[in-house]
Amino acid sequence: MASYDLAVKTEGLTRIFRLRKREARDGAREILALDRVTLEVQRGELFGLLGPNGAGKTTLIKILATLLLPTSGRAYVAGIDVVENPVEVRRHINMVVGGETSGYGLLTVEENLWMFAQFYGIPSREARRRILELLALVGMADRAKTKVYHLSSGMRQKMNIVRGFLTNPEILFLDEPTLGLDVQTARTIREFVRRWLEEHPDRTILLTTHYMHEADELCDRVAIIDRGRILACAAPWELKTALRQEAVFRLRVEGIADAKAALDGMPEIRALAQHAEDGQLLLDLVLASEEALVSVLARLSASGARLAELRKEEPTLEDVFLALVGRKLTEDQDEHS
Amino acid sequence: MSTVKHFLRTVVGRAYPRLVGVWREKSWLIFDVLFPLLQVSAYVYIYRAIGAPPEFSGFAILGGATIAYWMNVLWSMASQLYWEKETGNLQLYLLAPTSRMAILLGMALGGLTATTVRAAGVILVGALLFRVPLQVSHGALFLGVFLLTLVALYGLGMLLSSVFLLWGREAWHLSNLFMEPVYLLAGFYFPVRALGLGLALAASVIPITLGLDALRQLLYPQLMENFRVLPVEAEMGVLAGLAVLFVFLARGGLRFFENLARREGRLTLRGQ
Ligand SMILES: Nc1ncnc2c1ncn2[C@@H]1O[C@H](COP(=O)(O)OP(=O)(O)O)[C@@H](O)[C@H]1O
Ligand SMILES: [Mg+2]
Repeated sequence: MASYDLAVKTEGLTRIFRLRKREARDGAREILALDRVTLEVQRGELFGLLGPNGAGKTTLIKILATLLLPTSGRAYVAGIDVVENPVEVRRHINMVVGGETSGYGLLTVEENLWMFAQFYGIPSREARRRILELLALVGMADRAKTKVYHLSSGMRQKMNIVRGFLTNPEILFLDEPTLGLDVQTARTIREFVRRWLEEHPDRTILLTTHYMHEADELCDRVAIIDRGRILACAAPWELKTALRQEAVFRLRVEGIADAKAALDGMPEIRALAQHAEDGQLLLDLVLASEEALVSVLARLSASGARLAELRKEEPTLEDVFLALVGRKLTEDQDEHS
Repeated sequence: MSTVKHFLRTVVGRAYPRLVGVWREKSWLIFDVLFPLLQVSAYVYIYRAIGAPPEFSGFAILGGATIAYWMNVLWSMASQLYWEKETGNLQLYLLAPTSRMAILLGMALGGLTATTVRAAGVILVGALLFRVPLQVSHGALFLGVFLLTLVALYGLGMLLSSVFLLWGREAWHLSNLFMEPVYLLAGFYFPVRALGLGLALAASVIPITLGLDALRQLLYPQLMENFRVLPVEAEMGVLAGLAVLFVFLARGGLRFFENLARREGRLTLRGQ
């Protein structure tokens, strides 16, 4: 194996997409998908990129996987420059994308996986051994002979996951690997990923997600990304501890339609998200200090709001994101875990 | 592991779904044998009605069998990479540390082998049904010309495959556009020389044209004496040249696309 300490390293990585005329968004012909991203992922890490849709996660993964060129900046995978030497990089990596529909429906699970193994030059017998072993680990031992078009989307994604690990990559990119999956399947995949890395401590996984629980549970370190920029990068507990000096409250209020307007301009409020539910308004508040709560409540009360519930909570990565960006990570809550 | 072994594994891996497909989707087989046969019978009956010698029916059957290959190249080779792009396979192919030509070659070999089953069906059923004389005088030469034609034809398929990738959505329309005129120009059902030497030579960019002509010369030497485009040896030379040219261009085309896609972000259609 090549000698490198940093599995991934980027320096000022920037990617601009130029749009055709008919694709222009709000008159803009360019999209800044990645904005001077500088990152280091240690060998052996399970590193998470957490950010909402459109943050630039896939763009970053694709550049690292040699499928896309950066507009400027540099990126190294396994110590190799992805622009200068993509062919060499490919020997060290693999990639799985959530919701992938790769392979051929006519083939069985085992045949599909075998086919992809051939592209990596793995001898058939060795490939079969690994396929059956990995399928068993994701609970699909009895599905080896099932044709792919008969698989449910959850099964299909587990097969894709197996495809990624089958080649025993030094560095594996997982782009939203549990996207849209049911709770149970998502859990199986996470457990599998975690276990594999424990058994292969010299391997590295770079995973993207917009599910904060996934990042929190799974990752050694997390980079929070929004609009192409890395806003913070640390272990989940560190990110959350940083917020602890501040105070996170959840409020449920009635008799008010827009708390944001009512609380506008209060310097003690670090971040605020609201969303309506059953005629009440749910507020996530990040305050500079606990003491600030008094004045917030007073201001709400003056605007005609009645307090229905108040909880002080341990900060989550969602709050970290809220504090950094001023919006929630998942505007429409499709959190599945 | 050696590069050659890796190359071969890739070829076999990519050919596999094509080969398996023949047996798992028997409906294709019926469609691909029946459709050319219907066309063939139309010509056979016309030839009979005008009192043409039975060899002419042989022309039509041979042409019908070749059409199976042409349809395979057009519908399963040319638009294949475009389709692979949509399913997400293409980016996984490009991600793999293997030769892109091996992938293309696997696709071609798989399709070629699978189609041979269909083409054989057309010839067998056609020869039995219409009791057409099919006697090959120079067996080895006949086989050689046949294989050379296929190599050139699938070389063209590989080239079209990377070209269609660039054209994207228009690929399907292109396939349609190519289909009918080629039926005429390549002389599937009659000796192409009937179109005049100039047009026959122009139509020779499609490897089927000269391939069929050479095969007919070997099958019916007396009859073809006045109808041939070029002598068999010359036709073989042209076919070999075309094969090399197409494969070379296909390689360039795919490389061009890959670079373009990496620059412009066109490897997949959706945000994925
Ligand atoms: N091929 C492309 N052409 C144009 N714009 C693109 C392309 N790929 C991504 N984008 C845009 O770049 C931004 C980042 O996208 P992406 O990296 O897919 O985000 P994420 O994976 O975090 O959801 C989005 O605004 C997206 O629409
Ligand atoms: Mg994405």
